[in-house]
Amino acid sequence: MEIGWWGVLIAVLGGAIRIGTPFLFVSLGECLTEKSGRINLGLEGTLVMGAMTGYAVSLHSGSPWLGVLCAGLAGMVLGALHSWLCSFQRVNDIAVGIAMMLFGTGLAFFLGKPYIQPSAPRLPSIDLGGWSDIPQLQAALQINALFLMGIVVAIALAWMLKNTAWGLKVRVVGESADAARALGLPVDRIRILSTAQGGFLAGIGGSYLSLYYPFNWSEGLSSGQGLMAVALVIFARWHPIGCLWVSLLWGGAAALGPSLQSVGITGGYYIFNAIPYIMTLAVMIITCSPRRTLVGVPHELTVTR
Amino acid sequence: MAASPKLTRRQLLKGTAAAGALGMLGGLRWTDQAWAAGKVKMGFIFVGPRDDYGYNQAHFEGKSAVAKLDWVKAFDEEKVPETIEVQKTMESMVKLDGAQVLFPTSFGYFDPHILKVAPQYPTIQFLHCGGLYQEGKHPKNAGSYFGYIDESQYIAGIVAGGMSKSGKLGFVAAKPIPQVLRNINNYTLGARSIRPNCTTNVIFTGGWSLPVREAEATNSLVDQGIDVITCHVDSPKVVMTTAEKRGIYCTGYHCNQSKLAPKGYLTGAEWNWAKVYMDYADMIRKGQPVPHLVRGGLKEGIVKVSDYNQVVTEAVRKQADAAKDKFMSGGMVVYKGPIKDNTGRVVIAAGTEHVQTDMWLESMDWLVEGVIGSTKS
Repeated sequence: MEIGWWGVLIAVLGGAIRIGTPFLFVSLGECLTEKSGRINLGLEGTLVMGAMTGYAVSLHSGSPWLGVLCAGLAGMVLGALHSWLCSFQRVNDIAVGIAMMLFGTGLAFFLGKPYIQPSAPRLPSIDLGGWSDIPQLQAALQINALFLMGIVVAIALAWMLKNTAWGLKVRVVGESADAARALGLPVDRIRILSTAQGGFLAGIGGSYLSLYYPFNWSEGLSSGQGLMAVALVIFARWHPIGCLWVSLLWGGAAALGPSLQSVGITGGYYIFNAIPYIMTLAVMIITCSPRRTLVGVPHELTVTR
Repeated sequence: MAASPKLTRRQLLKGTAAAGALGMLGGLRWTDQAWAAGKVKMGFIFVGPRDDYGYNQAHFEGKSAVAKLDWVKAFDEEKVPETIEVQKTMESMVKLDGAQVLFPTSFGYFDPHILKVAPQYPTIQFLHCGGLYQEGKHPKNAGSYFGYIDESQYIAGIVAGGMSKSGKLGFVAAKPIPQVLRNINNYTLGARSIRPNCTTNVIFTGGWSLPVREAEATNSLVDQGIDVITCHVDSPKVVMTTAEKRGIYCTGYHCNQSKLAPKGYLTGAEWNWAKVYMDYADMIRKGQPVPHLVRGGLKEGIVKVSDYNQVVTEAVRKQADAAKDKFMSGGMVVYKGPIKDNTGRVVIAAGTEHVQTDMWLESMDWLVEGVIGSTKS
């Protein structure tokens, strides 16, 4: 079926979901971590480690879902390690984050050597395009259950941060550690738990890459997506629902470059491929103001202090 | 700063113990080397992982084949960046492993790295994969080897054109450099030799290893109605699995990917480096001079074509095999005028021929008629 320019729209729609899902998980994880007052730059390493772990477990056990779970657990360990190191006096979370990023990717490359070649079982997809008789749209709407879970996690996280005692504790620790201590809250423990949970989500994001899309374990798999997700959190103003929209937007923008070439817009593909980054810069410039700090920023973050 | 770092006695002891352990490892290495005396020692350097289902794996398969010979000792290092790192690797292979011949396989290793290291070790051969060596200008103990894999792409193009229903082929390419453009053009010319209205839609991803963008490019091409796809990126794995998932045909590149797409993998253009490395090993053992330039295609056995999938029809097989026979006999000229590029300009006039070894082809910067795409970035 000839679809011509509609192909671009379908690619952006499909890409938003396909490419956006790992961004969603990592940015939700980072959102929770940052709400507790820490920045975990190591999520790039966590993402890669999750991708490798998920692929390896799926290959050995034959169950991709077990792979997803183990990827989350691996991410959790890395997150806990990060926040444990940061809980010592005068340890800078950004420096530890960079170390964890290198450690996570290095470890994943080292352990992942035997898994580049074999093909692991893939996560199944759900057909949501059955109502349409356009095969291209059907393909774009073949989505993975992890995307739906990501939406549920985003809504749940937003609700819990706003309405539960646990959410309040995380926010207090993130806004002012001194106030939290005065209230008798265990600041370090709350941060360790938040960062570990954030790592869990980022690990799942990694397993989506290796077990669903693009479905492959290789050393070039992530190419900086974990780092971008950290920037997305700022873009999303530290709000889980914002993370959802921003991830979708980025996924769609990343699909634009290749799809324009497929309809014959062949020049300037380096520019089109750079659209997500240009977009981020633009939003940052438009929303910044010298008179006030960013809305929603947790005040304990080392970058804003 | 509160306290300046100080080396305690304990740390010093630890450090000494570690150095001792390293020294022992070094000793083990040395005995290993002594044991291998009298063998032809060959060192291989790869830019990516050995088992990437792509360029590096093709070279690694060649290395593994030559390593099986009992009079050869072959060693390799993978993931060596095209920086000063490769100079260190080359030096350590010469000094520690006693390499007699080195094969730095990545394009970017040559200038300035091989050019810098080779003159320091005049008895060692530095053989580079790629077309960059120039007689007289470059060191005497260097050389280059390369295969005309575009010949295999021509055959794959015939199979693709013959098996396509829509007459639309897809090509996911990394960057518009001559080797890539030559593959795209040969693929298209192959397809159009049996089906003149065939088109090839090209997407340049802008990098050699960008899995997500390669998958997106494949999906976009399928959405536009192409039904056979191939690629020129470092690892074709993602393109092949995505094509299989979307239920279209694909043809491989670098090495055999039929396991990744058992239903749709029609055929593929593969390297056969084992042949080249065996020949070099033999020359060195016999003490023969090593030629500065080794080139070849299907006829010389440096490249090959994957076995056809069972779905490839008899008629298409015959057409592909006929072209293959012509390459094998040396009578095939792909770039025979008149040939127009995809903007309508005549690039090769009627009556002009550019044979495979013609250096003019190695500076290709145009796409042949029938390709939808542009070399401009």
